Amino acid sequence: MSLDPRINRLDLKRVNDGEITASHLVTWEVFHQEKRGKQPVHAGIVHAATPEQALMFAKEQYARRGKTANLWVVKTSDVYTFNSEDEEIFETTPEKTFRDPAFYKVRERIEAFQAKNKL
Amino acid sequence: MNTEAIKDLLYRMADDALIIGHRNSEWTGIGPMLEEDLAFSSMSQDKIGHAQALYNILYTSFGEKNPDVLAFQRAEKDFRSCQLVELPIGEYDFSLVRHFLFDHAEALRYSLLEASSFAPIAGLARKVRGEIRYHVMHADTFFKQLSTGSEVAKARMQSALNYALPFALGIFEPSAYEEALIAEGIFAGEARLQELWLQKITPLVAAAGLQMPAMDTAKAVYGGRKGYHSEYLQPLLAEMTEVTSIDPSAEW
Repeated sequence: MSLDPRINRLDLKRVNDGEITASHLVTWEVFHQEKRGKQPVHAGIVHAATPEQALMFAKEQYARRGKTANLWVVKTSDVYTFNSEDEEIFETTPEKTFRDPAFYKVRERIEAFQAKNKL
Repeated sequence: MNTEAIKDLLYRMADDALIIGHRNSEWTGIGPMLEEDLAFSSMSQDKIGHAQALYNILYTSFGEKNPDVLAFQRAEKDFRSCQLVELPIGEYDFSLVRHFLFDHAEALRYSLLEASSFAPIAGLARKVRGEIRYHVMHADTFFKQLSTGSEVAKARMQSALNYALPFALGIFEPSAYEEALIAEGIFAGEARLQELWLQKITPLVAAAGLQMPAMDTAKAVYGGRKGYHSEYLQPLLAEMTEVTSIDPSAEW
């Protein structure tokens, strides 16, 4: 067996037969933080065998330009999501505009009016 | 200050960085995986950047020729790089082991130079610290990972280490200026650097499950620092200067 991971990855027959599982190279989700205190933003993925290697690759892949304060990597298999067929549970949310934070501004104006008119 | 001593030190460092940068860039496009191709290429660009900064100090502080001329228009015998950096890339095991051995020495050299009495080199040492720290992190991660992989991987890493170590000891070939460099507080000297380097890499080699070759049998390959190179440097220079030698005076 070659040590060159490229050769194994291109040997599609052995991959399809399950002989090569590529378990040594899983994907990691990369989150990029521009400044301290700002939320890390999803940037993409890298292939790596260990968290250290994932961070090492993420640095060159997602932090080679512009400013970076830090990076997060999370193993893709550790990310939990809804099933896409359950998408309807989110369907009516956009209609509930009263939940929009813009309403707090109205509340502030009402309070200002009440205070001014001693209501 | 001893001008010749500083110039000799700068040429060694610049030529090492240029040649290893060029060698490692040979992996661009054929790296073992996309992420690694990108990382290794990026680090080789960094090395060439370090070479340029060092040639620039020679140019501005000592009136040597400009960085392009120093990089592309010198004869093979004028290069002061150690023979380790000119060896062909071989297979990935060798390239990674060389990267591990070279970059630890480079990181330690720059960290000593942060305290140098020669201000331009102390400034550069602080400037490149972050980049080199990443290079060492990359080297350590891969070195350990491949060495603790399969038996075949381990055997290949061990034989690459056995082959590369005598050349790596050539990094520390003493110059004619060791005493002057130390006395004037410019650089702590090659002997001190080699000592620090061995202290640093020996536990890392052990942690990776490999054997450090016995120091009494690993004979250092010297000569590079005096312009005596292996058969591999001249073809590298020919390739590197292929474009500039068509018209050395062209403006870019």
